Amino acid sequence: MADSVHTLTALRRHIAMLDRKPASDGHVRFATGHEAMDRTLDGGLARGRVHELFGTSEEEGATSGFALLLARLASDDAPLLWLRTHAASRAGGVPYGPGLAAMGLDPTRLLIGIMADDTMLLRAAVEALRCPALGALVIELRGRAPLLDLTASRRMALAAEASGVTALLLRIGGDPVPSAAETRWRVEAAPSLPLPEDPSGRIPGMSAFALTLLRRRAGRDGLEWRLVWDSEKGGFEEIAGDRRHERDGDGRAAGGADPALSGALVSLPPDRPAAGHAA
Amino acid sequence: MRLATLDAAALAIGLTPGMTLADARAREPGLAVFEADPHADQDWLERLCDGCARYSPGVAIDPPHGLMLDISGCGHLWGGDEALAVAAVDRLERHGMRVRHAIAGTPEAAHALARFPSGPAPDEDAAVRRLPVEALRLEPESAQALRRAGLRTLGDLAARPASALAARFGEEAVDALHALLGLGHRPLSPRRPRPAIRVERRFAEPMGSTAHALKILEEMAAQAGERLAERAQGGRRFEALFFRSDGLAFPLRVETSLPVRDAPAIMRLFREKIDGLSDPLDPGFGFDMMRLTVAAADPLVPTQLALEGGEARKQESVAALVDRLSIRAGRAGVQRLVPRDSHIPEQAQLALPAIESRAPAIWTSRSEPGNPPLRPLHLFDPPQPIEVVALAPDGPPHRFRWRRTLHEVSRYEGPERIAPEWWLAKGGEIAGDSVGRTRDYYRVEDARGRRYWIFRHGIQGMEAAHPGWYMHGLFA
Repeated sequence: MADSVHTLTALRRHIAMLDRKPASDGHVRFATGHEAMDRTLDGGLARGRVHELFGTSEEEGATSGFALLLARLASDDAPLLWLRTHAASRAGGVPYGPGLAAMGLDPTRLLIGIMADDTMLLRAAVEALRCPALGALVIELRGRAPLLDLTASRRMALAAEASGVTALLLRIGGDPVPSAAETRWRVEAAPSLPLPEDPSGRIPGMSAFALTLLRRRAGRDGLEWRLVWDSEKGGFEEIAGDRRHERDGDGRAAGGADPALSGALVSLPPDRPAAGHAA
Repeated sequence: MRLATLDAAALAIGLTPGMTLADARAREPGLAVFEADPHADQDWLERLCDGCARYSPGVAIDPPHGLMLDISGCGHLWGGDEALAVAAVDRLERHGMRVRHAIAGTPEAAHALARFPSGPAPDEDAAVRRLPVEALRLEPESAQALRRAGLRTLGDLAARPASALAARFGEEAVDALHALLGLGHRPLSPRRPRPAIRVERRFAEPMGSTAHALKILEEMAAQAGERLAERAQGGRRFEALFFRSDGLAFPLRVETSLPVRDAPAIMRLFREKIDGLSDPLDPGFGFDMMRLTVAAADPLVPTQLALEGGEARKQESVAALVDRLSIRAGRAGVQRLVPRDSHIPEQAQLALPAIESRAPAIWTSRSEPGNPPLRPLHLFDPPQPIEVVALAPDGPPHRFRWRRTLHEVSRYEGPERIAPEWWLAKGGEIAGDSVGRTRDYYRVEDARGRRYWIFRHGIQGMEAAHPGWYMHGLFA
């Protein structure tokens, strides 16, 4: 018994050594602008790590948009690279420059890499992560992506750590599998806030997101936040009156329409068990 | 200040080159004067010279303001030598030049005949013999001395013994005379573009190992790099050819977005290319020759290493990444968005290969900061048809079905009407399908907060009886 305890401590120490915690944590994180979230994450998301963003194929606009906005926050003024496959650019539409500019993201900084298949995409991703001049990398994977196993994500995480490039792994319609990602999020669109000049609330407002922190290395998970993007400030903001763990606080429209919608939806069985696993 | 050169009108009123500007102004107060710029003249002459390569490969500059074309064997392409000359003169005159020309058997004779007009002569030899002694291009004093001696034309000179002429006026005078009369020959040194850099290696024994061949390719790349450095250039396109002893040749081509001449960088690209080959590079019975060509090169000034990884280095390394990915995924594999001046949404941007577009474009945002964006982050091209229920035929959407899912519209903004490019319509028809139909765009948010950009294609009752609806983009 004592023997095994001894072995366990040795192993733990070994793992801690392998993990190589960075000495200074301050400048290697970027703040999202949402105060409560940044506080929980000790100052924001870590740079030079892999962050996984999950979204159903219906939430693809919100999920990929959120990934782009995070990439912008992570990269300051350095170029961004978005890697995707031919199939993805056929299914998901092309990034649109005027829209990017309207969100406060300079389209000239964005490079779009279109690869033939997932194998090539993952190889290119590791290669891109070795290039320290890159600001951030968005890797778009659709569906189950069986090629993305623990080894593949570990390889990416090591490359990202060495170069300091933040990798955002965009998983559209995918299920969480074990991975070496630093954090794992579920992203959904949230009803936007009414604009100040439009009290009736008929007009869609600034982009809002509902986030669930599914997993975080060495930290609490299972937390939920609502964020709204402020293109003027170039950061996220809290939705006024939002409270953690409370998702139906905003507007009757969302609450009222939810049941009707779930009935009309084509059911997506793989989605729900997945959410259950993750929680 | 003196007059360097004059146009025909100025010569006609008696002004001469070398006259002081003050004198010339006194005689003709309305004189238009421009400062002489010999360098610009030379540049212009070089441009004209390069343009004349269409008539003959042997084109040379005949300083200070002549062009010499070696048209041997080229005339038949233009229907005769005279027709070629007329075409060339016409072309130069279109550039605003005043051109005099002559065709002769030797460059010197042509030079002289073009500059010293003479009456019609039975043949070239007779025409040359009629030329004044100034055509010899001797010192002005020598020409004057010849005239004083009563020798006015080249024919007079040619009748004298050459030794007497050489004793009095020097060997050059005889040489010049012989060249003009077609007795001696001085070759033309044509102006040619610099040839592409090409490095070749031949092997006494065929080489059976690809790894060894790549090692040699690296040496060749280093050699090509040195020659590029001499020209202050960097290669944009490299081509390696592996010749196999059984006659097969493997071409490998790589392209870079920034000029390079660094052998390891070039080799990284070639290795990338070899990794991506569907057929591996098979030496078979061995390679017996290799050739590396720099197919395109751009100026690259010698670089100084940045002290602490400055901006230039950063950019270079992203460019290197773009090169590697472009080789693996094809030229259009890595793209950059470039704005285009069109109000049709899908035509407002172009995705160009990042390897070729260099100058950063300026994007202007139509949305004011602090307001929700008016354009989506993702655009579907072509737009995807959707089923829409609207409360009125020309009203806003109420609910819609996209990808087999029903979406309840909870908020909307619109319509934003985008008219087709009617000015492109054929035959002036206004409402036709030749240029497309008017689109009414709505920004909608469904009950769950997803934001979409949808449009009605055509105006109800005017352009279409039942206008269809399309999904065109996704907002974040």
